[in-house]
Amino acid sequence: MEILVCVKRVPMVGGKVVVTPDGQDVDTRMSGFTVSPHEECAVEEAVRITGRLGGTVTVLTLGSPEAADQLRDMLALGAGHGVLLETDGREWGPIATAAAIAAAVRRRAAGPAGPYDLLLFGNEAADTGDYQVPVRVAHALGLPCVTGIKNLQITESGGAAGSEAAAAAGAGAVGRAGAGAAAVGGAGAGAAAAAVAGAGAGAAAVGGAGAGAGAGAVSVAGAGAASVAGAVGVARASREYRGSTEVFDLVLPAVISVREGINLPRYPSLPGRLRAKRAVIERFQPEYRGEGLRKQLLRVPAGQTRRAEVLGTGADAVPALVRLFEEFGVLS
Amino acid sequence: MTVLCLVELDPDGGSADASLRALTFSRELAASEAQAGSAADGTAGSPAQPLADSPSPAPPATRTMSHRPAGNPHDVTSTGYVAAGVFAPETAVPAAALSAYGVTDAYAVESEQMTGYVPLAWARALAELVTLSSATAVVAAATDHGNEVLAHLAAMLGLPMAANCASAARTADGTYRIVRHRWAGSLLEDAVLDASPALLTVAVDAVAAAPATEPAPIVVHDFRPVLSDGDLAVRATESAERAGGVSLATARVVVGGGRGVGGPDGFGALEELAGLLGGVLGVSRVVTSQGWRPHEQQVGQTGTRISPELYLACGISGAIQHMAGCMSARHIVAVNTDPDAPILAHADYAVIGDLNQVIPALVTALRARAGLS
Repeated sequence: MEILVCVKRVPMVGGKVVVTPDGQDVDTRMSGFTVSPHEECAVEEAVRITGRLGGTVTVLTLGSPEAADQLRDMLALGAGHGVLLETDGREWGPIATAAAIAAAVRRRAAGPAGPYDLLLFGNEAADTGDYQVPVRVAHALGLPCVTGIKNLQITESGGAAGSEAAAAAGAGAVGRAGAGAAAVGGAGAGAAAAAVAGAGAGAAAVGGAGAGAGAGAVSVAGAGAASVAGAVGVARASREYRGSTEVFDLVLPAVISVREGINLPRYPSLPGRLRAKRAVIERFQPEYRGEGLRKQLLRVPAGQTRRAEVLGTGADAVPALVRLFEEFGVLS
Repeated sequence: MTVLCLVELDPDGGSADASLRALTFSRELAASEAQAGSAADGTAGSPAQPLADSPSPAPPATRTMSHRPAGNPHDVTSTGYVAAGVFAPETAVPAAALSAYGVTDAYAVESEQMTGYVPLAWARALAELVTLSSATAVVAAATDHGNEVLAHLAAMLGLPMAANCASAARTADGTYRIVRHRWAGSLLEDAVLDASPALLTVAVDAVAAAPATEPAPIVVHDFRPVLSDGDLAVRATESAERAGGVSLATARVVVGGGRGVGGPDGFGALEELAGLLGGVLGVSRVVTSQGWRPHEQQVGQTGTRISPELYLACGISGAIQHMAGCMSARHIVAVNTDPDAPILAHADYAVIGDLNQVIPALVTALRARAGLS
């Protein structure tokens, strides 16, 4: 399982956020940097998946040369490769960011390392909260996509044979077990509702889809999925939404964004840190593109701060607290 | 000039509160579009546009989709049009509620192939509705569904999308002046959006739901989108609702515990206090990152947003990511050893002291008050 995880370097903001005098950025002179929390969980998830199924985790970021620090932090968690899409430090919008990531995914697929089977993202960046880069990447590559995931199960299909069968059927169209559509999966794939076609029977299922019968063909935005990988497995992804659980089945390769809480990220080990320090980070310089949503000014919202009235110190303040609760009407 | 708003329904069939807020936002945007449109044309109030003279022109009582005059300047009224896209059968569209929020056209989007939530198919249908209704903007609540569907729509149309907006208005030059949330609302971004249609999601806490001054005459249209197999590939299978218990998001009282609790064994008194107050326990990110409590209990930017009557934050320093999740609380009371902790700048009241002394004493007092011991 070859997994790409995209992360973003963001300021480590604590008790308050301060804007630079020109109103263009968060003032980071007094703070460090980190990756968005959802993304750290995405890296942890990827490391767990490859720990179980084999394969490699590549971690990618688009940012200033200093963003290599965040890649090394993620390499220390167990990611194997780092890719830096290096910028001059300007803030990139989500359209340009997604285009640069999609180009990097295609470049990798064309090289000796081959395509990725799974692209993981955080649900939204901690700073800009744009919510759209993973979806845009999925469209650019013609891959299925789901966001905001809190539980993920990956099942591999029957290994190389499955990939070849799907590749042979062409254009990255892969069979999906819809209502009653039979698709034969490799060992274990049957556990998920969507089963990726395995060796022989797989070709038939995919062919059926192409002919407009049986299983629906998966091609989100036309062809192009083939540039990422053949059918390699399935993902069952779920999230809570307004009190109920939504479960999605996706055929891999796919784009999935996750939320914090999907796992509890590990602390980096000492050997992990040492390996990360020595790791070679691949660097590319994508070209900046402006887009239709243009930042003018950042500002801290007015009127958000209250100033607490101190009721007292220690347990002596308890009677005052009880009176307050009575006043608020929260005591029966 | 039509603003098309994605309206999500509650399980009981009404419009979700977040969608009512999005509709309020859409109405204000539509009014700004109407005004900006008139100003740009330089024809406001001219005899050629009788509708623009009327303070609250009534759209025709019955309108069908084919009557929509795409791009017709006579469509520019002083209020603009708000259309709603509802993914439900025609009979399930809450027409009266939508009318109360100023919706003149509701599209009941239906397809035999599309049962439940199918993100890409919903976006495809909205794209078709954009053309059909000549929408100049598409708005959704910044919920999981709203953000996801609009992101698909944006990718499909190759257009920018402004997520988590607090306000938006069209200017005379045809661009949109928007304010959007960063850092979950701890920071605001003033931005210009130059795209048509403008795609916007509305930050959930940013706008209060407010009905229109008078209900709009509404027409409900049945709309059947043209979908491909690829649009239907990723769909949600919904499991039964979770059982019972007070949920963190809707609890009336939340007792919060942070780093100051000291370890995984220190939450007993806080839980007992929450029980006495008819509330639930919430925790800060440090607590879940340490594995002291499950992530489901986290309050904040990457956890749950709460809006209780009372949030009692114990041993919580008040990082902006945490405050983003609890700023909608009616009253915030902090218990903290540090009188300079950032949370004191956000709380209404504070007790300076160790929660391990304050909370057990508070529990004893409340038990005595309730005649429990």
